[in-house]
Order: sequence, then structure tokens, then C-alpha cells
Amino acid sequence: MNRFDYVRPSSVSEAVAAGAEPGSAFLAAGTNLLDLMKGGIARPTRLVDVGRIPGLDAIETLPDGGVRIGALVRNADLAYHQEFARRFPMVAEALLSGASAQLRNAATTGGNLLQRTRCPYFYDTASACNKREPGAGCDALAGENRQHAVLGWSEACIATNPSDFAVPLAALDAVVEIEGRGGRREVPLTDFHRLPGDTPQIETVLAPGELIVAVRLSADAAAFAGHARYLKVRERTSYAFAVVSAAAALRIADGRIEAARLALGGVALKPWRAREAEAALAGASPGFESFQEAAALALAEARPSGDNAYKIELARRVIARALTLAAAGTPERLPALPGSPFASGGSLHD
Amino acid sequence: MNVPLKAIGQPVSRVDGPDKVQGHARYAAEFDQPDLMHAAMVLSTIPSGTITAIETKAARSAPGVHAVITHENAPRLPYAPMAKRPQVDAQGGDQLKVFQDPTIRFNGQPVAVVVAETLEQAVHAADLVRVSYEHADGHTTFDRARGRAPSRGNEKAGRPADTEIGDADAALKSAAVSIDANYVQAREHHNAIEPHATIAAWDGDHLTLHDKTQWPDNDRDEIAHVFGIKKENIHVVSPFVGGAFGSALRTWPHVTVAALAARVVQRPVRLELTRRQCYTSIGFRPHTEQRVALGAAADGTLTAIVQEAFGQTATYEEYAETTLDPARNTYACPNVRTRYRLIEMNTNSPCPMRSPGVATGMLALETAMDELAVALRMDPLELRLKNYADRDQHKNLPWSSKELRACYRVAAERFGWSERTPEPRSMRRNGHLIGYGMATAVYPSHRAKASAAATLLRDGTALIRTAGSDMGPGTYTSMTQVAAETLGLPVERVRIELGDTDMPYAPVHGGSITMASVGTAVQAACQALLDDLAGVVKASPDPRLAAFKAGTPEWRDGGLAGPGGVISFAELMEGLGFDRITAEGQSAPGNESKTHSSAAFGAVFAEVEVDPDFGTVRVPRIVGAYDIGRVVNPKTARSQCVGGMVQGVGMALLEQAEWDERFGRPMNGNLAEYVVPVCADIRSLDVTFVPGEDTIFNPLGVKGVAELGLSGVSAAIGNAVYHATGRRVREFPILPERLLMG
Repeated sequence: MNRFDYVRPSSVSEAVAAGAEPGSAFLAAGTNLLDLMKGGIARPTRLVDVGRIPGLDAIETLPDGGVRIGALVRNADLAYHQEFARRFPMVAEALLSGASAQLRNAATTGGNLLQRTRCPYFYDTASACNKREPGAGCDALAGENRQHAVLGWSEACIATNPSDFAVPLAALDAVVEIEGRGGRREVPLTDFHRLPGDTPQIETVLAPGELIVAVRLSADAAAFAGHARYLKVRERTSYAFAVVSAAAALRIADGRIEAARLALGGVALKPWRAREAEAALAGASPGFESFQEAAALALAEARPSGDNAYKIELARRVIARALTLAAAGTPERLPALPGSPFASGGSLHD
Repeated sequence: MNVPLKAIGQPVSRVDGPDKVQGHARYAAEFDQPDLMHAAMVLSTIPSGTITAIETKAARSAPGVHAVITHENAPRLPYAPMAKRPQVDAQGGDQLKVFQDPTIRFNGQPVAVVVAETLEQAVHAADLVRVSYEHADGHTTFDRARGRAPSRGNEKAGRPADTEIGDADAALKSAAVSIDANYVQAREHHNAIEPHATIAAWDGDHLTLHDKTQWPDNDRDEIAHVFGIKKENIHVVSPFVGGAFGSALRTWPHVTVAALAARVVQRPVRLELTRRQCYTSIGFRPHTEQRVALGAAADGTLTAIVQEAFGQTATYEEYAETTLDPARNTYACPNVRTRYRLIEMNTNSPCPMRSPGVATGMLALETAMDELAVALRMDPLELRLKNYADRDQHKNLPWSSKELRACYRVAAERFGWSERTPEPRSMRRNGHLIGYGMATAVYPSHRAKASAAATLLRDGTALIRTAGSDMGPGTYTSMTQVAAETLGLPVERVRIELGDTDMPYAPVHGGSITMASVGTAVQAACQALLDDLAGVVKASPDPRLAAFKAGTPEWRDGGLAGPGGVISFAELMEGLGFDRITAEGQSAPGNESKTHSSAAFGAVFAEVEVDPDFGTVRVPRIVGAYDIGRVVNPKTARSQCVGGMVQGVGMALLEQAEWDERFGRPMNGNLAEYVVPVCADIRSLDVTFVPGEDTIFNPLGVKGVAELGLSGVSAAIGNAVYHATGRRVREFPILPERLLMG
């Protein structure tokens, strides 16, 4: 851990000015950044605490029927916001499948999108990591990589993005509102995170000093509310990052899929939108066959980056299941353990 | 004689519970001291080699830094010769001598320590230390070809290289039915919630250590040996331990580092390991690979057991386990051969982790028994009953007590084993494959020399003191019950003090020996106190006591019974004019270990749900029935078994160090990536104790419980996974990909 300055701006414009200074990092809840600093992985020389800037913690319904989520809205507050959860159940389900209750109570909307990878080589400062130290190499490539990326990875980096929240946002064409010194701009969430390429240290499209101020979902996204699920497979039932997850949403009319939205988590350095699969689903009748075809399309470009070939097959199965669950209809109440397919009850020999 | 108040056997809530939940119980790192300084260690980043240079200038000139200690400037430590390493240490090789030479023996070895005014300053400065190495060839792969026999020290400590009765290989060849399989058990880490921590404070040549330890007396002996000072000059204080599971049995190098740092800066120093450091600065359950071959007659009678184990050990020290104990005496079989080999690796030394050796050996043996049952088309429970061991055939001794048949029966009934349909994949629920599996649980019962002091105070309450530790199982509570029952006092009028070398000697708080060892010492001390008190009463000239002198004293209702009623302890003390009266009691193993073999037993049944598409396994319920002898406290004993079941879920399905062979380092050294079970993974856990007392083993009639609680659990779960899926995963933990792709 290094010495650092700490400033607490009282407005977005002050924050943006302070954040543009070299060595600065924005601090919101700090659920990820403080761990990284304690481990010597992140070494900002100045923390710009945006956590108390007024006006960034509202969940607003927009005139067109969309919703605007302030960057400081806590994950738990969003997930348990009844109106929001009713209209965007897949997002609430994803939020509740992430982290622990304590972390969700603290973590923010903007911070969630900026959480860093869980790649163990990124966390271990004795290892080579291009993300931590550009040009150093990637020790994960020939290392312990059963959890690593199967899509969009490069020789420079095979890490994954750990966010659950970002996956349904990607599926539902969320828009990220960003403020910088040059003013406000908007970026589709699917373009917000970058694939590693040769520069895995550059993780998002944010320029220095740019601050996420809100995330927007449109009324179109709410039209999927009746058939939308987030399914997360993980080694233990709670408090674990996804091995593979899928956000699947359908608009179904007259027994046909009018439109489909599909994104994957745990497979790439960004939430992975599966547009070819969506296109194939549009017009198809919902069922195992079309879901399998969609799953195959979504993983068509996948290749193992190490001991993780199983993730490709697992991802196909998770997609097929998530689409099946979505087609069956969003449940009235979210399950107590969202995304867990392990409901109990029923007879023993069915 | 005393008339029991029946404190023993009652589900008394933890007497230390209120202090713990209110934050009054102080753990090692919490003993603030005036002028306390903070230490942060620098660990090696290569597995094998030599330090060629160590650059400390930047660290030394960082704010608040008082010292940077490395092998170049550390005081030479005598590490005085010891006739015999303590039983909790590795029994071969040489211990790690901190900062005494530039040799790197494993990745994560302490190479420097920074001492500063604040923790943040120390951590920052530690970050500035630059170490250069010359790499040397090392061993970071688990290569069976390098397996070698344990050395003499380990042979003598009950870890023999080879044992055989009969001719197991011949019997295997001619067996009507046989199986032969290999099993892998991953390296596991204890991950107790309290990180290891030490506060060291010197006063001249006297040292006080506040330390996380399961054995305060050995902590003192070890540091006396390292520094070459008299053990009487060292005072170890460790009243509370936040879980350990074996990781705090021995005194690790960081305790020396703390004491050394405190001596250099001449101020008290606090050193707390980070979670990541806990993966290399203390021990772990070694990666173990085993072969089990079983032969049986067509009716299921075992004719051959061959079990071979390869265990991981360090290069500098030789830690070995009792992995093959279960093979030798869990079942009756005329032909048994075991073979144990160690594979030296550049790693920190492994150490006991709950049910050490036995949990690993049982995992393989009990999975193999399940495979044999399948091959025989026999019910797995029936197979166990068919081969029930009425004696310890390895020692050729009768059991001092064994209620395993009752365990099988009770657990099978409570579980509903009879509902199981034997075919794999034959049971389903809500689209999930359901499996039922079972295993035997066993852990040998031992006891060791122990002592305690019992004091009666003027107000008629009792104070019991012994240097033993309570790492969490409830020793404060159970000792209170033993004392209360022996003295005839309600538990509220008994106070226990533990974890201090100023108190009477106690053995290691591990191996499930505490109740049989310290418990019997507490009982003896309380009895001695009553005897002393009776003597004093007899000799007292006080006329009020005259009526209580006749015959054998009868202690009950918190005092001494006489013709006119009971005179309370408080009245007695007042009558005698005493402020306090103290007696010591000792206990030690007797002849029973020569005439009998002692062990705790159990039967574990598990149900699993497997998602057929994802290969994810969940455990809706585990049922265990246990023979632990007399149950002192059914509440805390149950908690031990429940904890063991949870840990068994981890061992079966989740826990493993992700060891990078290039670096010789576990990569997932934190609680987000080293996956242990969470509450949501655990549903119904059902624990029953079958009736039994083992007064041959010790006067209290107790056996051990903690280790037993883990024994067999992971095999039962693995066997249930086979039953659910028809797929036998022999590499633990059973990760989704192993079911999906295996």
C-alpha cells in the first residue's frame, strides 16, 4: 500500500476536474478498490471520493417509460426497488446473485461496472500481468486458468469480467451516461468495456477523469419483463463469481419469439452480447431446438484459453436453460436464491 | 463422595458466548500495549534458490520505520538442539530458521520484516523492499516417481512406510470380486476466521507472547528453544483462539519473527498474517494421491485391502500423516498391505488439518468400499456390516468401546436409507439427479498428560485454571460442566481460565484429546480440592463444623451435607477463615492403551442433488450418528459434528489450493477464490449421539469428537454423487467440470 491523498468533491464537475489529475482514482463504496490498494495491485496517489456527491443516487422513471439509475444507487437498493424489479426483473435477479448482502448494501451502480477482474495473477503482485503492468506478460496463459475467458481473449490477457449486473444490462441495451471535462456523453453498455487486445490495461472507454453518472434502460427493455431470467452457475450457492452466467430475455407473441436478448457472463473480459443467437431466435418458436441452436451460435467463436474447455459446453447448456426458464415466464417472485436452479421439494422418484 | 448435579450431559450454552458476541473476548492481535509497533513481512516470490541481494534502503527511510530485518542483519538465533521435536512438528528434517541464511526453500518464505509505528507504514515499507534471487532447481510438481519412504522419526511416530498382515496382493489376485482405483485429494487450507497473529513484548530477558496457539506450553518451549533462553522467562497468553483446525498446533516461524522484531526495536511488536500469507506462512493439508485395491468373496467378505498413499511434504522438513491408519483397522480383513511414500516439494511444510491423515485415508478407503459394493451388487451399508471389525486387528487389541453398529442403524433409519434404489441415476426430483451415499467415520482416541488447578473462593464459587487452549469447540463450557458436576456446584458458580503458561500444564488442544486429557485433569483437581477441604474440616476446631466430621464427606447442593442439612461452600470457607483453597489434579494415560485400542466411530449418510446439465452438486442433507463415548455437552458436541459436515462439503465439492507448478504457489490465496461452503450451501444437518461410555479409556468415559466429525463426510458425498450420476469422480473436490467432462 502506498501513501495517497484523499479529496471529497461536492459536485460532479469538481469530481471530474479532480479525477483528471494523474494518479487519481475515483472512490465510491470501495468494495473492490480498497482491497486492490491493500494488496498493492492498485496504487493511486489520490483518491477522489465521489461517494457523497448529491444527486447521483436516484432511480427515476423517464418520460418515455425508461429508467435512469444514478451512479451511486446501491446494488441492494436497486434490486429491491419494486417498480424497477417488476420492469427489469433480470437485472434485479443478477444483482441479487452477486457478492454478499453486505457488499450489495455498499456497492454502487457505477462501481459495479468498474470492478476489476478476479484473475488470480492480477491479484498476485509476484506474477506477470499485462493488466497490472503493461508489457509484463500474462502468467495466467499457462497457469491456473480453469475459470478464464473462452471468448474475446487475446494472448495478452485471458481474464474475465466478474460483474453479474453488467450482463443483463448488456442484453437490454443499457446506456452509460458519462461526464468528463468536455461535458456529457453516452455509451452503449456493450461498448463500455473493452476486449483485451494488446492493451488489457485499458478496460473501459472512460478517459481519465471521466465519471459514470448514470445508467439508463429504455422502455423497449421493459417490454421483455414477462420472459426474462438471469441464470448463474457457480461452484457454491452464494458469494461466488459466475463460472458462466446468462441473461436471457424474450418477447413472445402468438407462440413465436418476436425478439430475443442474450448476454453471457464469466466468459470474456466484457459482458458478452450474443447478437447472432438473438437474430436466430427472432421469429423462431420457443423450444429446446431453437434454444440449442442459439446456444451453439453464441459459442461459435469460443475457444479455450487454457484448462477451461468445459466452460464452452457449460455456457451452451446455461444458455439453453436460461432461455427455457425465460420462455416459461418470469416468476411472480424472484427465488430466494436467484439464478439457483436448485429448488427443493417434489417427489423422489419422478 | 459427591452427589452429581448432572452438569455433565446438559446442553449448556457456551459460557464464553456473551463475551464473544459482545467483543469482550480478546484474541491475540487485540492485546494493545503501550508503545506497540507493527510488523509486516516480506515473503519470497520464488520457490527455490538464494537471495543474492536485498535492497532495504527505501524501506528503512520510509516514514515511521524503525527496523528492516533480513538474514543480513538479523541477530543469530541459537535454535538450541532439542532431544526430540514436539509431536506437533514435522518428525524429520530441519525446521525453518528465520533470517538465518539466504537460502529460499519455498515460495512465500519470510525474507524480511519491517517494523514501524503504524501498520500502514510497515505494509508500505515492506512493499519497498527489493529482493534479488539466484534461482535454483526445485521440486514444484507432485511427481510420484520421487516418492520415498518416511524417515525413522516418522516411522516411530506411527507413519510406517510399509505394513502387511497376510498376503494382500495374492489375496487380491484370487478374490472373487475386486476393485483397484486411484484417488486424488487436493491441498486444502485451514482458513480459520482469525488470522494468525502474535504480539511479542520483551522486558529485559523476559518475553511475553500474546499468540494464536492451540498449545501455549509448546509455544513457550519452542520460543525458548529458538532464542536459547529459559522457558521460565517466557509467558504465553492465549485465552481465545478464533478457530484453527490444526493450523495453530505448532509454533510457526512468524512467532519467532515477532519476538525477534520486538527484540531488535526494543518495543512490543504486533505481527498479524494477511489472509494471503496464511497460505504459505502456516501449514495446510497436503495434496495426497492414493491407490486402493479391495478384494472380496462373493458374499462381500473382505479378503484383501491394499492402500498406498503418496503425500506431499516440504524439502527442509518431513511432515507425514496417518493416512493409512484406517486401512489397517476399520474393517476385518485377513490380508492388509499399506504403503506410504512422501514426495518432497518446495513448499511450506504441511501440517495437521482437522482429522489429519484419517480424513484423507478415509476418503479413499470409503470411496473404494462404495466401488466394491457396486462391483458386488451389494448394499454399501451391508458391506460395512459384513466386515465389521470387532477388534483392532492391527494392534491385535479389543476396542475399549465401540458402538458403530448402533451408529449405522440409527443414521440409516434417520436418513431413510431404505428408500434408496440401488441403480445409479434412478432417483430424480425436479429435474435433478438425486443420490444417496454413506461412509463410515472413525478417528482414534488418544489422551495425554494434563494438569489443572481447582480453587474454591471465599464466596463459595470455584475457579479452574489450566494452560490448555479453547480454539472454539467449547472447552470453556465443557470444563465448567466437569468441574460443576465434580464439585456439586451449579455451572454458574464455576469459572474457567485457560490459555496461559502461568497455569498448570496442559497438552496440545488438538487431535480430539482435550476432554479425555484436560477434562480428566479438571475432574481430578476438583476431587483433590474436595479431599483437601474434607481434611481441613476434620482438623478444624470450629464447633460449627463438628457435625460435618463424621464418616465419608458428602458434597452436594453446593456444599457439605451433614446431619442438620448442607453447609454451603461459602459458609465453610468463612468458618475455616479461608480466602481460597487450591488443589491441583493430574491425569495421564495409563495401561489402557496397552490393553485396548480406543477410537470414536460414526456413520455418515448424505443426499446430493446434481444438475445433470451443469454438473453442479448441492447437498440437501447429511445425517450422522456418532459414538463419542459419554457426551459432556450435547450442544457443543453437535456443533462439532455439524462443523465437520460443513467442512466435509468443502472437501468433497469445493476446496482446493490452485497450485501453480511454475511458481510453487497457491494462486487462490483468499476467501473469494478459495471456495469454502457458505450458509446457502448447507441445508439439513442431522446429528445423533448413540449411547455409550468408555470408562476403560478414561475415568470420564469420553472419547474425542472434533476430528471424527469430518471423517467420512466427503466420501459419503462422493458416493452419493456416483449414485446420482453413475459417474465416479476420483479426484477431489468434485468440481462441475469433473462431472461434466470427466
